[in-house]
Amino acid sequence: MAAKKENIRNFSIIAHIDHGKSTLADRLLEKTQSVAVRDMTDQLLDDMDLERERGITIKAHAVKLNYKAQDGEEYELNLIDTPGHVDFNYEVSRSLAACEGAVLIVDASQGIEAQTLANTYLALDHDLEIVPVINKIDLPAADPDRVAAEVEDVIGLECMSAPRVSAKTGENIEQVLEKIVSDIPAPIDSDDSKPLRALVFDSVYDNYKGVIVYVRVVDGKIKAGDTMRMMATGAEFTVVDVGYMRATSMESAKELTSGEVGYITASIKTVGDARVGDTVTTAEYPATEPLPGYRKVNPMVFCGVYPADGADYENLREALEKLQLNDAALSYEPETSGALGFGFRCGFLGLLHLEIIQERLEREYDLDLVTTIPSVVYKIHLTDGTVLEIDNPTNYPDPAYIDFSEEPITNANIYAPNEYVGAIMDLCQERRGVFKNMTYVTPDRVDIAYELPLNEIIYDFFDVLKSRTKGYASFDYEIKGYERSNLVKLDVLLNGDGVDALSFIIHSDKAYGRARKIAEKLKEHIPRQMFEIPVQIAIGGKVIARETIKAMRKDVLAKCYGGDITRKKKLLEKQKEGKKRMRHFGTVEVPQEAFMAVLKLDE
Amino acid sequence: MKNFGLYIHIPFCKSKCPYCDFYSMRAYEGQTDDYTACVLEYLEEWAQRLGRKADTLYFGGGTPSVLGGENIALITRRAKELFGVDGEITVECNPSAVDDDFFTTVARLGVNRISLGMQSAVDTERRKLGRQADRQRVEECIKSIRLSGIENISLDVMLGVPDQTKESLTETIDFCLKNDVPHISAYMLKLEEGTYYYNNADKLNLPDEDETVGMYTLLGDILESAGYRNYEISNFSKEGYEGKHNLKYWNCEEYLGIGPSAHSFIDGKRFYYPRDIDSFRLGCEVVPDGEGGDEEEYIMLRLRLADGIKFDAFRERFGKDFPQEIVTRAKPLKQHGLLTVTDSSLHLTRKGFLLSNTIISKLIYG
Repeated sequence: MAAKKENIRNFSIIAHIDHGKSTLADRLLEKTQSVAVRDMTDQLLDDMDLERERGITIKAHAVKLNYKAQDGEEYELNLIDTPGHVDFNYEVSRSLAACEGAVLIVDASQGIEAQTLANTYLALDHDLEIVPVINKIDLPAADPDRVAAEVEDVIGLECMSAPRVSAKTGENIEQVLEKIVSDIPAPIDSDDSKPLRALVFDSVYDNYKGVIVYVRVVDGKIKAGDTMRMMATGAEFTVVDVGYMRATSMESAKELTSGEVGYITASIKTVGDARVGDTVTTAEYPATEPLPGYRKVNPMVFCGVYPADGADYENLREALEKLQLNDAALSYEPETSGALGFGFRCGFLGLLHLEIIQERLEREYDLDLVTTIPSVVYKIHLTDGTVLEIDNPTNYPDPAYIDFSEEPITNANIYAPNEYVGAIMDLCQERRGVFKNMTYVTPDRVDIAYELPLNEIIYDFFDVLKSRTKGYASFDYEIKGYERSNLVKLDVLLNGDGVDALSFIIHSDKAYGRARKIAEKLKEHIPRQMFEIPVQIAIGGKVIARETIKAMRKDVLAKCYGGDITRKKKLLEKQKEGKKRMRHFGTVEVPQEAFMAVLKLDE
Repeated sequence: MKNFGLYIHIPFCKSKCPYCDFYSMRAYEGQTDDYTACVLEYLEEWAQRLGRKADTLYFGGGTPSVLGGENIALITRRAKELFGVDGEITVECNPSAVDDDFFTTVARLGVNRISLGMQSAVDTERRKLGRQADRQRVEECIKSIRLSGIENISLDVMLGVPDQTKESLTETIDFCLKNDVPHISAYMLKLEEGTYYYNNADKLNLPDEDETVGMYTLLGDILESAGYRNYEISNFSKEGYEGKHNLKYWNCEEYLGIGPSAHSFIDGKRFYYPRDIDSFRLGCEVVPDGEGGDEEEYIMLRLRLADGIKFDAFRERFGKDFPQEIVTRAKPLKQHGLLTVTDSSLHLTRKGFLLSNTIISKLIYG
C-alpha cells in the first residue's frame, strides 16, 4: 500500500567503517517492527557471509519500514544501505542519488574519520539533507559533546541537537526515527503523471525470478504488465512484478509510484540488459531524457584471473557474468597467458574490491583461481607520438620505442591521532608520496594530505597503514590525474624461462628492492623440485636479483612389498591431485600460493 | 599361462617392533598350530578354485619363524603338492625368534632362501629398533642357515634409523660383506602413522633427510663396488640372486596372498584378505581392490627396477608402443641424471630412485 508522498522518506546511512552503520540499521528494523525478534540475526542487511565476516557492507541493500511518528502520522521510511569502504564510493553514490537525506553516524569515541568526511561530501554533492547521529554512547571512552563539537567545526553541521544513541543497546533509537521524519524532505517534487523515470541503484540476480532490479521511482509509475525499457541499452521487458523490499521478504504491490523505492522483476536473464546505473522507463509512455547523476566508473586496478583447472574456464565466465550483474564496477575480458592458459583480465575499483570478487568466486561459485599481480593503467607515450594505455605488463612495449611514461597519482588523506604522524610520513615517503599539507582537525588529530602514486597503494597500503598506527589511522583517496614517471617492467624467470603472469611494471627506484623480495618469496613458496631451479628477476635482459631453489632430495616409497601396491597407487593419486593446483612453467611447477605470496609482498 | 607366486602371511611376532605397522600379534598357546591348519585349508580351496601352478613361495610376516619349523615344513610340502612349487622358497626370519634346528627342518622340505631381519649390525641401533638378538647371534644364524644347506641368504638393513651415522652404517655394510651374503634389502625408515616411532619422532635422534640420502648413496656405492647390483630401489644382489618372488610384484605379474592383510593379483583383479585374524580363521571372503595390471601400474612398478621398462616387452604386453608423451617428458630429466632413456628402454638412475615418486608421477601425469 502506497503512502502519501508527504509521508515518504528516502534515506541512506553513511558512516566510517565500524562506526555502527549495520547495527543501527538493525535497530531501526527492530524499532519499526519490520522484523520479528526471532528472525533477528546480527546485521541483518549484510546478507553475504563475507560482509558479516569482514564487518563491512559490500553491496547496497534497501528496505521499507513503516513508522508511526509522534505526530500520529504513518510514515514510509525507505532505508537504502550503502557500502562503507573507499573502494566502493561509486556504489555509495548510486545509493545516495536515490535518496533525499542521509543519516550520518559518528562514533562517540573516535569522532570524525576519513570516510566520515568522504561520505559526507558525497552526500552533499547529491544535495542530501544530513542528519548527524552520535553512536556508541555506551562506550566508556564515549565523549559525545567533544564529537558533536568536532562535527560542527569540521563539517559545519548543526550537531548539538543530534540524537545520541547506542545502536548496540537500543538507547534513543526513537530519536533517530523522529529526526528522519522531521528533517529529511519528502519526495514531493515527484510527479506520477510524467513518463516513468526510475533510477536503478542496485540489482540482485535471483535464480527463480531473474534479475531483481532495485529502483527509486523519480517520475511516473510502473506496474506489472507494463513494458519496461532500459534507457541506456534500449532493451525491453514485460514487467512481471513490482513491490517493496521488506526486511526478510519481498512484498508485491499493485504499482510503484513516483517518490517510492521498490523492486521490479521482468524475467531479465542477461547481464548486459540490466545494467546497474541505468534509468528505467516504459515503452508505452517513454521519457526522453535519462536521469542524471550516474557516471560510468572506471576500474582502477587490473589483474588476470585464471581458473586453476582449465576445465573451469566456462564456469568462471558465467560466475563473472553473474557477479557483474550486481556489480557495475567489475569489468572483465578474455585474455590468454602463456603460463596460465585461458582466463580473464578483470578490472576492479581497488584491492579490497579485487579480494572480495576473488573470494566470492571461490566461495559462491566453488572455483579455484590463480590471480596475477595487480596493475594500474599506465600511459606509455611512444617516440612516434602514439599513447598506449597499458594495464597488463604483457603488453608493455619495447623500451627502445618509449618516449616517456605516465602513471596515475592520487590525492590521499590520512586521518590519525597526532602521535602517528611520524610513522605515517615514513610510510608515505617509502611509497613515493609527495607531502602536501597537514592540518589539525582537533588538538590531537591530524589530517595529512599526500600525493601518492596509485600503484603504491593498491597492493597493501591500507593494511600496512593500519598495522603501523595500531588501527587508528583512516585513509581515503581520489584520483588526481596522470604524471610523468620513470617506469620499468620486471620479468620473472624460472629455470631460465620467462613467466608472463608474474611480470609487472614498477617505478625504477623500487625495482631492485622489489625484485629481491619477489625472488625470496618465490624461493620460499615454490617447493623443491627434481633439480635445482634458478629464480631470476630481470629488467630487459639484465638480471637484477637471483635466488636458487635447491633440488628435492628424497621422495621414495622404500618398501613396496608384500604385493600391497594400493598405498603406492594412492600416493600417485595424491600427487596427481596436487598437480591440479600447480602451474607448469617449462619444467617448473609453481603452486598458486606462490602467486599470492608475490602479490602480498609486505606481509 | 605364466605361473604365479604364492605368498603366505604369518601374522605373529614375539614382540612388536616400535616402527612396524605390518599386521602381526603375539600368538597365544596353540594358535600357531591352529593357524597352520587354517592356512592349509585355504590352500586346498584356492588350488581347486584356480587349478594353476605356482613357481615361488614366500613366507612373510610378522615373523614366520615364530610358526616353528614343523609348521613351515607342513605348509611348504602341501603347497608343493597342490601348486607344484618348484622354484624359490623364502622364509623371513628374526634372529632372535628362531630355533637352531629350524633351518634344517625347513631346508629338508625345500626352503631354499632365508631373509634375515637383521636391520643393523650395530647392537645399540638394533636394540633401539626393538630387536633383541645381538650381532653374535646374527652371525650364528647365518652359520646355521649355511649348515642346513641354504646358501641364498638375504639380510635386511635399515637406513635412517635412530643414532645412525655414515660411520655406523659402514660397520653394518662391512658385516654384510664379511659374511658374503648374496642379497641385501636396504630400506629407508618410514614413520608409519600409529607406530611408536611416528608418535615420538622428535625424541628419537633420527638422521635428517640429507643424512639419510647420504647413507643410501654410500650404501649403493660400496655394494656396487663389491659386485652387488642395485636391481630394485631397495634391493641389492649378486648376479642370479635377485628375489624371484618379489620380482613378480615389480614385474606386475600374478601372485596369490594367503593370510590376514595379504594382497593378491590374479586374473587381472587385485584383492586382499582383511587385517583380521579371527575373520580369516572363520573363512572370510577376499576384499576386491579393483582391476590391476594396466599400463599405469606397469610403468609405476617397473620403474622401481634398474632394468626399468623395455619398450619391446611393453609392446608385447599391451599390444602398442610405449607412450611417446612419456618419452618426451622423460627427456628433460635425463640431463639432470635422474633417468636414462634410449630408443629401446627407460629406466631410473640411483639418483632417480631417490625421487621415484615425483618422477613417476611426472612421467605419467605430466
